Amino acid sequence: MLPMLSTNPLTPVISCIHRLRRVLSAVALGLVSPSLLAAWELNMPEGITALSRETHSLHMLIFWICVAIGVVVYGVLIYSLIAYRKSKGAIPATFHHNTTAEIIWTVIPLIILIGMAIPSTRVLTQIYDASESELDIMVTGYQWRWQYRYLNEDGAEVTYFSNLATPAEQYENFSDSIAAEKGENYLLEVDEPLVIPANKKVRFLLTSADVIHSWWVPDFAVKKDAIPGFVNESWVIAEQTGIYRGQCTELCGRLHGFMPVVVEVKEPAEFDAWLAEKQAAAQRIADAASQTFTMDQLMEQGQTVYNTYCMACHQANGQGLPPAFPALAGSAIAMGPIEGHIGIVLNGKAGTAMAAFGAQLSAVDLASVITFERNAWGNNVGDMVQPVDIVTAQGE
Amino acid sequence: MATGHDAHHHGPASGITRWFYTTNHKDIGSMYLWFSFAMFLLGGMFALVIRAELFQPGLQFVDPNFFNQMTTMHGLVMVFGAVMPAFVGLANWMVPMMIGAPDMALPRMNNWSFWILPFAFTMLASTLFMDSGAPNFGWTFYAPLSTTYAPESVTLFIFAVHMMGASSIMGSINIVATIQNLRAPGMTYMKMPLFVWTWLITAYLLIAVMPVLAGVVTMMLFDIHFGTSFFSAAGGGDPVLFQHVFWFFGHPEVYIMILPAFGVVSEIIPTFSRKRLFGYDSMVYATSSIAFLSFIVWAHHMFTTGMPLAGELFFMYATMLIAVPTGVKVFNWITTMFKGSISFETPMLFAIAFVVLFTCGGFTGLMLAIAPADFQYHDTYFVVAHFHYVLVPGAIFSIMAAAYYWLPKWTGNMYDENLGKLHFWLSFVGINVLFFPQHFLGLAGMPRRIPDYALQFADFNMVSSIGAFIFGFSQLLFLFIVVKTVMGGKKATAEVWEGAEGLEWTVPSPAPYHTFSTPPAIK
Repeated sequence: MLPMLSTNPLTPVISCIHRLRRVLSAVALGLVSPSLLAAWELNMPEGITALSRETHSLHMLIFWICVAIGVVVYGVLIYSLIAYRKSKGAIPATFHHNTTAEIIWTVIPLIILIGMAIPSTRVLTQIYDASESELDIMVTGYQWRWQYRYLNEDGAEVTYFSNLATPAEQYENFSDSIAAEKGENYLLEVDEPLVIPANKKVRFLLTSADVIHSWWVPDFAVKKDAIPGFVNESWVIAEQTGIYRGQCTELCGRLHGFMPVVVEVKEPAEFDAWLAEKQAAAQRIADAASQTFTMDQLMEQGQTVYNTYCMACHQANGQGLPPAFPALAGSAIAMGPIEGHIGIVLNGKAGTAMAAFGAQLSAVDLASVITFERNAWGNNVGDMVQPVDIVTAQGE
Repeated sequence: MATGHDAHHHGPASGITRWFYTTNHKDIGSMYLWFSFAMFLLGGMFALVIRAELFQPGLQFVDPNFFNQMTTMHGLVMVFGAVMPAFVGLANWMVPMMIGAPDMALPRMNNWSFWILPFAFTMLASTLFMDSGAPNFGWTFYAPLSTTYAPESVTLFIFAVHMMGASSIMGSINIVATIQNLRAPGMTYMKMPLFVWTWLITAYLLIAVMPVLAGVVTMMLFDIHFGTSFFSAAGGGDPVLFQHVFWFFGHPEVYIMILPAFGVVSEIIPTFSRKRLFGYDSMVYATSSIAFLSFIVWAHHMFTTGMPLAGELFFMYATMLIAVPTGVKVFNWITTMFKGSISFETPMLFAIAFVVLFTCGGFTGLMLAIAPADFQYHDTYFVVAHFHYVLVPGAIFSIMAAAYYWLPKWTGNMYDENLGKLHFWLSFVGINVLFFPQHFLGLAGMPRRIPDYALQFADFNMVSSIGAFIFGFSQLLFLFIVVKTVMGGKKATAEVWEGAEGLEWTVPSPAPYHTFSTPPAIK
């Protein structure tokens, strides 16, 4: 049996039949999805930057050279297969060597390669010049989300996570009952995109908090690995406003296919207004750390945080996916001493997939989600964690 | 053994012990070939799980973690279980017969190098039944996904890789020793059949890089269990070091899987063109050049890791250079057919398809070599399409071609030509329906190793999955044809093929249990 996400283990046979029927009906309906004009997309996008267009023309140049070589090579091959068939009475020639021909077909490819290498070197050199940027953004890969941090700005620091926004009921199609209609930007939509100004040189500093990820926006022709412990750089001058979508391209674990990259390019003035608003919001969140919340407030916020950061592994019902992802419902940690629970959420657990959330989430979010875990799914410990407890624990 | 004087006329031992204790190159070659075919079917089943899941958007059949186990196991089983042992099996059968040797130089080690493999792969496959699941970090097992974040089964994976490596190293030492020491008098190096030449070079590549693979998995083992930090920045190591060491093995490895294929095709095309191979000397030099270049291009798999500009340029130029010797080989094959007298038996069909489709994979390889363009191609389905074009209609088709070509020599019976051609056309159509659309998917932006995808990728994925099922199930026909040929059929002559040249065609079909106990005379 294949392990499956479906919650009821007693119905695999029925759901298998359902799935096969759905697959077969899809075949019967034909392959065309009329609502999607881009469905039969054949080529690389030209993109919206000078370098993405350069990359695209380089790609097309090499492609057409290959086509030309292919026409000659396959032409001779097909001619030989037709003209020199034994069934047509072809008599084999006896030559097996020709120095001139062999020199020619060694030298000509060399010349073609030099012709390819020159523009490639020029474009590559441009791509590698990340100097004189006007805005620097730290991009950090996490299992399985991206974090964006705006550097060299005055005022409160703007840091946030960009999570997959496609609801699970759209992609978990293990049985018919929970399959929902897929949206237009299925798996390529996030709760909060990266926002950058148009026509300014924006430099990305890429790193990772856990495994290697790779940050890719096809329309920028930017793809760079995010490597734990090291910082890579890349850059873009986006020439058009709009929303551009990409994905993580380095296998990074279970939900590698579920961490899209979405970038919104705004006019510089709009971008400045957006950044000012984000800074004000960041200040409000920092101030909230000194407040005291009620149980209901903590539980409500905790549920939201849990669904975004914890549910992928520990599951909506808190049962986890043992042994890799243990259950929280009834767990010794979630129902044990509060210090232990705060400690594991803040610092993670070495050698497991449990990340250290202390640096990822605000004090309010941490307090809420720990309170939620202690009081959801019948845990009912009854105690609360306030933001000040988190700040205190982080100070120790 | 009372009749010791005719000991060298004895045939195979009877019963199952024949296979456990055999030191006969033909028996061991057969075992390698059957084993690799079993692994081909196993790896193919993993691939069909992948293609079933990707048939439609949404998660239909398997959890993403199990999907990752499937991509990992598919790659490992196909590379180390199907392609490599199949070529070693062909070498075992054919190298001694082609150079006029009575057997491999080190027959007992030959037995051992085979019998390690079933245990290594049993260990690897058993991880599917562990609580933690099988390895799920891709066949390239990049750290730290394969170290700090790996499932418990990674330790068994490491031991399995060690055993496969030991088997490969022993097998290649044996091939080198055989070719260098046991050639019949008069069989100079430049008279050796090209299959023998390509295997000699491949064997040296294996001896050079399999210890590097053993090294990298041992470093992983120490990082996981003994507190070292080779691949962890937190302890002063570097995850990118893993990739350098892995690809220093990995790039020669892809030539290990294709050079013997070049050899096979260089045997088959002259036979069915009834014309000597064009440019024998340049074939040898081109193969040697490719082998040399394979050691200095490894970081083209790592263009997006943030290497310095000088590094990117060096690896880009070196990679582009590979096109020159590879082009020479393709031109030589086509010129061999030019002005020949061509017939289209099944081995020739597979060989022609090899030339056409391997060249396709070569073109995309050239495109991938261009570093700035590679930033767009890297880790997308364009790469998946590229390496499957060189490995499936490349390596796998050449193995099929070799099987049909030499099957009459091995069994003494002709295979069913009509069924063979049916198998070829099903495979040829299936493979192109399967892999050609993946070029488009990659260019349009679909990353590899994802269990679910955005809606604009839906149609080509469905086409690709249909091709996968056609290709996959066609291989059962191959099994049927081989079994039918082993059981009986039209008797083959010693020459088998009208235009065939080489020592293997001078012995009867089926080849006697012992051949060339006295060395043949070489013209």
